[in-house]
Amino acid sequence: MSVEVRHIHKTFGAVHANDDISLTFADGRIYGILGENGAGKSTLMKILSGFYLADSGQILIDGRLVHYDTPRGAIEVGIGMLAQDPLDVGPLTVLENFVYGQPVGPLPDWQAARRRFAELAERLGFRLEPDMPVERLSIGQRQELEIIRLLALGVRVLILDEPTTGISAEQKSVLFASLQRLAREDGLTILFVSHKLEDVLELCDEVAVLRLGRLVGTAVMPVTTGELVAMMFGQALAPPSRRAATPGDTVLEVQDLFMASERVVMRDCQVCVRAGEVVGLAGLDGSGQQLLTRACVGLARPLGGRVLINGVDMTGRPYRDFLAAGVSFGAAGRLEEGLVAGLTLAEHFILTDAGQGWWIDRERGRQIAEERIAHYRIMGRPDSPIETLSGGNQQRVLMALIPPAPRLLVLEHPTRGLDVESARWIWEQILARCAAGTAVMFTSADLDELVTYSDRILVFYAGQVTEVPDARSVTVDELGHLIGGQRVGEEAGR
Amino acid sequence: MDSELARVLGSVVANATPLVIASLGETITERVGVINLSLDGSLQLAAMVAFVTAYASGNAMLGLAAGLIAGLLVALLILFSNIALRQDQVAVGFVLTLLAADLAQFLGQNYTRIPGPTFPTIPIPLLRDIPFLGTVFFNHNALVYFSFILLAATWFVMYRTRWGLALRAVGERPAAAFARGTNVTRTRYLYTAIGGALVGVAGASYSLAIKAGWANPAVMRGDGWIALAIVIFGGWHPLRVAFGAYLFTGLRALASTIQQTTEFPLVLVNAVPWVLMILTLLLVSSGLVERLMLLSPPWAQRLLRNFLRSAPPVALGTQFTRE
Amino acid sequence: MTRSSLLGQRALALGIGMASIAVSLLLTALIILAVGASPLEVFNKVTEGIGLTPTGLDMVRFSGVVNFWIPLMFVCTGLLVTFTAGLWNIGVEGQMMFGAVCATWVAQEVFLPTVVQVPLEMLAAALGGAFWAALTGLLKTRGGVHEIFGGVAMNNLANIFSIYLISGPWGNQGGQATPPFRQETLLLPMSSEFRVSAVALILMAVVFGGIFLALSGTRWGLELKAQGHSQRSALLLGVPVERNVLLAMALCGFMAGLAGSVRVLFTYGNLRPLVSGGIGFLGLLVVLLTGTRALWAPPIAFFFAAILGGSTRLKIALQLDQSLAGVVQGILVLMVILANGVRGRLRGRHPAQAPEPSASLEAEEAAIHG
Repeated sequence: MSVEVRHIHKTFGAVHANDDISLTFADGRIYGILGENGAGKSTLMKILSGFYLADSGQILIDGRLVHYDTPRGAIEVGIGMLAQDPLDVGPLTVLENFVYGQPVGPLPDWQAARRRFAELAERLGFRLEPDMPVERLSIGQRQELEIIRLLALGVRVLILDEPTTGISAEQKSVLFASLQRLAREDGLTILFVSHKLEDVLELCDEVAVLRLGRLVGTAVMPVTTGELVAMMFGQALAPPSRRAATPGDTVLEVQDLFMASERVVMRDCQVCVRAGEVVGLAGLDGSGQQLLTRACVGLARPLGGRVLINGVDMTGRPYRDFLAAGVSFGAAGRLEEGLVAGLTLAEHFILTDAGQGWWIDRERGRQIAEERIAHYRIMGRPDSPIETLSGGNQQRVLMALIPPAPRLLVLEHPTRGLDVESARWIWEQILARCAAGTAVMFTSADLDELVTYSDRILVFYAGQVTEVPDARSVTVDELGHLIGGQRVGEEAGR
Repeated sequence: MDSELARVLGSVVANATPLVIASLGETITERVGVINLSLDGSLQLAAMVAFVTAYASGNAMLGLAAGLIAGLLVALLILFSNIALRQDQVAVGFVLTLLAADLAQFLGQNYTRIPGPTFPTIPIPLLRDIPFLGTVFFNHNALVYFSFILLAATWFVMYRTRWGLALRAVGERPAAAFARGTNVTRTRYLYTAIGGALVGVAGASYSLAIKAGWANPAVMRGDGWIALAIVIFGGWHPLRVAFGAYLFTGLRALASTIQQTTEFPLVLVNAVPWVLMILTLLLVSSGLVERLMLLSPPWAQRLLRNFLRSAPPVALGTQFTRE
Repeated sequence: MTRSSLLGQRALALGIGMASIAVSLLLTALIILAVGASPLEVFNKVTEGIGLTPTGLDMVRFSGVVNFWIPLMFVCTGLLVTFTAGLWNIGVEGQMMFGAVCATWVAQEVFLPTVVQVPLEMLAAALGGAFWAALTGLLKTRGGVHEIFGGVAMNNLANIFSIYLISGPWGNQGGQATPPFRQETLLLPMSSEFRVSAVALILMAVVFGGIFLALSGTRWGLELKAQGHSQRSALLLGVPVERNVLLAMALCGFMAGLAGSVRVLFTYGNLRPLVSGGIGFLGLLVVLLTGTRALWAPPIAFFFAAILGGSTRLKIALQLDQSLAGVVQGILVLMVILANGVRGRLRGRHPAQAPEPSASLEAEEAAIHG
């Protein structure tokens, strides 16, 4: 089934997310839709899969004009999308998620559904337990479930939005193999959305590159990395320059940490972070990294072991004590965690200003806010309610709220969902603090980010923590195998 | 004393009926992501409306229908103000709790303490003659039998049908439900209406059967809050919720029996439901179960998860807007 | 925004406000007709009950309104604190009752000169209310029990406890109330005409002013506001969320206790069942209307107190149940809430902030997935 989009436009407020995009996709082929975060590729795919309605433009299937404005409508014409965070229902079991949305009667034939599910999973090489609640699966497994479900719905065009973020190298190779089989053997059209060049180069037959809402070029493989980079960025961007780390005293020391969540139990975890160094925490979602970060800032109470900050035992102390000890924490970089909708910019600075007394000095608050607004180039005024700022500016505020040189900076996914410019800016700020002697520890699902910025990398797998021997020379591919459970030093063959 | 025990259990089953129906109704409502906080008021209003209608028409069935409609309208008002007018479910629900109770008291003021039509006891032939069980389960009025059927039907629809999948998905992750073609708004209206109607039936089952008549202050005052707490205790699962309602009624009966044989002051027996409410909510909400689960073997984890864990529907009380 | 469209919006808001009040009155009239009474007559009796007579203001009856207003304002003051912190302190009724019980205990067991005795009673009431509220707060912070459920349970426990005391240890033979307190233990009216306690009135004004300043000017007030909007974010910004929940609850209970003390030490002169008389719930309705705009609380509370005071005459004059006051108040609040929604719709929702392409789309998803 071939799909054609013609002159698609879509705006959000002042942002032209899709600006006159025309593309054709033939059946049996795998297309890479390449572009940085914010380039407009997700918007285009959401239009194709019925989540958004284009402001103008047409969609043609096998040359025939089609109209739909719901995901259901898209499925009916044969287009299905696997979202980056799969749109499934956590407490429902795998089988229930599979059946839900299929054209069945009021009383589904559960036995038949079970057989059909097993059949499809078998064919694609996916191993999923049908009676497991989906909330206990990894992202990779949830993606597999979603692909099975879409295929059962008779989808002929399969869109995958950034499917390789947060999965291991093994899961990736299973995924790629099954996608290739679907294209070659079943003649499906596959649109593979990514900002990762190497994934597109490895998998796709053709590639379309978007930048700032516009289509900047298409190419048939093989193409060189250089050509793609030039199309994606206009010019190649080097990461912020880094001096060789000369770590100072130990700032954070974690001894025999014992913690547990519903998905993972972590025992005997030892971590040490020194002043001026960046330690990256790699691992699949829910492998224990978050347990560690939360324990190191006092947001979760360990079941055993000790957390020392500057040599002082802080185990079990509340978050505020950690703040007082010079720890700063950035949670996943989202508005829900860190900024208070309903408060103004100045009020945020007043709350975090130790110099404010019992009675608020509004003038001082306004001055500090203006200073930070200027320094961090935030588009907003001291009295702007925080929720009226754009996402990028909220990011800047979060950064501005972190003191200039904390002893320890703990960050979860510091650049998740940010465009390349913003991500770069964030890392400039982090590295500036690091140069001033801050110890940095961060988690990320983006292996590139881990490899680029970490002085040392700790790999989490099912609660086990191992250090990558030489973090400065590890490759993304090697790291991908490590987070999938392969031991350090083991052959990366399969 | 087999038959004595059976008689006591039978009365517990009968007395628990309004709580069972109301808490199952609320369970359905909350499973689609809507909090109907007004239960305590709705139950009183429905009971009054049902009694007055039955009294005026001489027909208990008509009374039941009127009570049902009263409960349904209150629930729909909450959801309408939430979906169409973007107001907070809890705020509107709270106002309606007070308003419905006051309305019941004011409009029912001329109908207090008078006899009216009731639902008669209908022993079920054959089943009634089963020793013990016949007395416990099959010698009741129609509303009690309705609660049995309701319980089975709620469980079946929720966990075995396509509708149940949509119901649960809308309360857990409306965006996913939408992506699969479910109309989130319509689903919420439908099940909120059903849940509200059941609350109305529960109210009617007080004034037309279990505590026949209407009084000022209303005899069921407070039970709405108990029903809301039972939904939490029951972990939003119909079978556990119904079990909670029976357990609660049983313990309440036990407390008054103990009171009769000891020196314990009568008024303090009234405190029992509220102490129970706090204790049961503490049991399921304090994180104790989660902590136990983390450290227990897998088989015990499953047991704890199924019987004591209580996680609300993720989208409870929130609004859904398409991107 | 242009001046004319701003004016247009003001006019729209005013129009919708008037319409909601008109609808409320109409509904109330229909409800009165439904029980076979005349709305006009009810209106006359209520205005009479407030003290508005053709010959002028009847001070005795008017002071009845003020005597509802004072405890209501104590409650509203406390609820402004919890409301700012995002807490539904539905347990305020029980906090009033427990405060009243504590005041009663001091009144019955302590014998001191009036100048010491009465403040001691009020202090006991305030501390009792704070204690009762703190229990609900602890259930929330330590036990994960939502304050609505904790509050409802604690309300009933306070009520049952007071009934137990009245019917048992503290009761006289009838069991309807405790014996009247001694004269030295009571708050006294200003005059035989204007039967309002000066002490309570002044204390109410002081307390309200103090809380208003604390909420608008102190760091603590800002902390409460932050956690009221987002507990999670406030915590990450370094706000001691848990401590503030307990403090806010206790402070509100303190005020509720004071309200309870006014009820026993002035309004009744003894302890009765349900001594709070629904004033706590009424306070919640008032605060629902004002939101965090504290300065609106006194006039709205006064209006509600007038309805409450006026309707006391209904039972005697027209044999109508006093619950009509609650019906009117409930309908009014409901209509105003619905009207807010209608206004929001007519104005059109705020166009979503022009998102930078960067985080925005992801943020949208995050918002949906939570």
